[in-house]
Amino acid sequence: MAGIPHDHYEPKTSGEKWIERRLPVISLLYDTLMIPTPKNLNWMWIWGIVLTFTLVLQIVTGIVLVMHYTPHVDLAFSSVEHIMRNVNGGWALRYIHANGASLFFIAVYAHIFRNLYYGSYKAPREITWILGIIIYLLMMGTAFMGYVLPWGQMSFWGATVITGLFGAIPFVGESLQSWLLGGPAVDNATLNRFFSLHYLMPFLILGLTIAKIWSFHSTGNNNPTGVEVRRTSKAEAEADTLPFWPYFVIKDFFAMAVILLGFFAVVGFMPNYLGHPDNYIEANALATPAHIVPEWYFLPFYAILRAFTADVWIVIAANWLTGGIVDAKFFGVLAMFGAILVMAFAPWLDTSSVRSGRYRPMFKWWFWLLVVDFFLLMWLGAMPAEEPWASISLIASAYWFGYFLVILPLLGVIEKPLARPATIEEDFVAHYGETGSFAGQRLPGEKAASPAE
Amino acid sequence: MKMIKTALAALALSGTAAFAAELGHVTDYDFSFEGPFGTYDQNQLQRGLKVYTEICSACHGLKFVPIRTLGDGGGPGFSPEQVRAYASQIEVFDPELGEQGDFRDAAPTDNFPANNAVGAPDLSLMAKARAGFHGPANLGINQIVKGMGGAEYIASLLTGYTGEEMEQAGTVLYENEAFPGRWISMAPVLGDDYVEFDDGAPSDMESAAKDVAAFLMWTAEPKLAARKQMGLTAVIMLAVLSVLLYLTNKRIWAPVKGRKGE
Repeated sequence: MAGIPHDHYEPKTSGEKWIERRLPVISLLYDTLMIPTPKNLNWMWIWGIVLTFTLVLQIVTGIVLVMHYTPHVDLAFSSVEHIMRNVNGGWALRYIHANGASLFFIAVYAHIFRNLYYGSYKAPREITWILGIIIYLLMMGTAFMGYVLPWGQMSFWGATVITGLFGAIPFVGESLQSWLLGGPAVDNATLNRFFSLHYLMPFLILGLTIAKIWSFHSTGNNNPTGVEVRRTSKAEAEADTLPFWPYFVIKDFFAMAVILLGFFAVVGFMPNYLGHPDNYIEANALATPAHIVPEWYFLPFYAILRAFTADVWIVIAANWLTGGIVDAKFFGVLAMFGAILVMAFAPWLDTSSVRSGRYRPMFKWWFWLLVVDFFLLMWLGAMPAEEPWASISLIASAYWFGYFLVILPLLGVIEKPLARPATIEEDFVAHYGETGSFAGQRLPGEKAASPAE
Repeated sequence: MKMIKTALAALALSGTAAFAAELGHVTDYDFSFEGPFGTYDQNQLQRGLKVYTEICSACHGLKFVPIRTLGDGGGPGFSPEQVRAYASQIEVFDPELGEQGDFRDAAPTDNFPANNAVGAPDLSLMAKARAGFHGPANLGINQIVKGMGGAEYIASLLTGYTGEEMEQAGTVLYENEAFPGRWISMAPVLGDDYVEFDDGAPSDMESAAKDVAAFLMWTAEPKLAARKQMGLTAVIMLAVLSVLLYLTNKRIWAPVKGRKGE
């Protein structure tokens, strides 16, 4: 779209012209589907489609589940069992929806790390990136509240622990917590508002997703080289790109089929593997589970939350400097949200002029260390809060912040980047050879020039 | 620096030792419903139902399980007459009967009754509410290899009594090797030949424990057979679709990618 020269939709028939004059929806769909896309995108560029698909999957299965679910503390748990036993295909809907949340987070983490490696967050794509972080935060909220709805033991105690975090905010914390819960503790009012918000937030995500697609269709996709598509002439732009349909649609469909194969293997053969057995016990305010563990996708940030205990020097310093306002609990909350927020500032913290990690010899090492750090934190989040895990968590948390706040700014100054290809075409030819050795065969992309053919 | 050293040293040494202490020993029994193709053994479920009816139901309930599902495919496979006959043995409380409600014979459309007599937990979902296998080191690998182990846990618990007792705050606790923390308030209830099976299957303690564990897996996951069938169908269809889309994708990109190296 904007910037990349390409053919636009021209209404041919009188019917098309009639619609186009009144609502240019055909040209909108055409331009969206035919958007010039860098031809060198690799397999890490499939996650956006996976995420969009999963969002729709969750909304569709969720809407049907709501038809059979009862949001009341006395009835919620048994209404879920009603879905599992008496509703036709209810067990499939529920298992798909529950495991769909995990698929959603696998895809979003892969997507986030793809962006971090290829520098997709850098100018001019900062807004795309920040919209993504907001979507990710909304996803976390939606997933958390969705986990409360079955009203099992982990639902109840997870809700108690997580809403307790808001209680750590100085001065307003306790009032804020009661306001969120609708009472002094997790109860029917909490369940009802979480249900309402769990239904609302996916539609906010949907709206932001549309805004996000709009934003990166305006800037154009990033690509593994980080080199921009040439916009100087249509011929050059066409040498760098291919239309989204059919090249990337079919490629994404293939990736989707493989991912769904794995997804349905989990749903069919081990649907409870990613859940916690305690959530098959009805919520009981009088019996605390031995270990309250969040879902796997929250574990890295849960580990950061727990890492900053009262005996850590930076916590002691913060406590002393603020006159006791920032205590260990509040510091942990700040660290947890800060760990996500710091990602939003990556476009300005990364000082390197080179976008793609492919041409950044030092950056690569730090990046892969960040990936290891992420999985280490995920594992630590499930371990008990005792030594040695507490110390390792602290080191791992420190690296998470260090990567964004120290390493990214410094690398841009000290690192000597490798030579980059001048154009996407050059990179593509280096990988696959000259285009068009299939002489005489019509390229599927050529059809784009004359849609009414 | 000292902290880092301590942390690394402990990481190298610890392993699973931290968890071994609090978790009991669970035997990895073989069940017919394990693995991607496993389904319930109809006869075993019927035997398990008998163990449940004659022993467990004295203290425990199955309040989420409709009696009619005893006749469902993939379950115990009762005929409609058998379901009605079984239901008529049970009394349920009907709040709509008379002025204050009264007990009546259960109908197939009723659920198994709840049982709160001695505060024993409901067993409807017990096989999914317990994990028999963990680790190593909290990585969940054993649960992939052996399964979640809910049924194994139940069978191990029923056979895991050592015979030791102790009294704590007026309650008698019984030592059990499978129970996390070892001391459980449930007395041993199962022994050799406590239940006589109609199909002549062995009724020693371990066999009966496995039968009732399988039955409780069914009450927790009655749609297991349909679920695995869906999984298999989906995997096969998506595998075919993946191959077709792979070839389509290759064909579409072939002219663009050229033939480097030829």
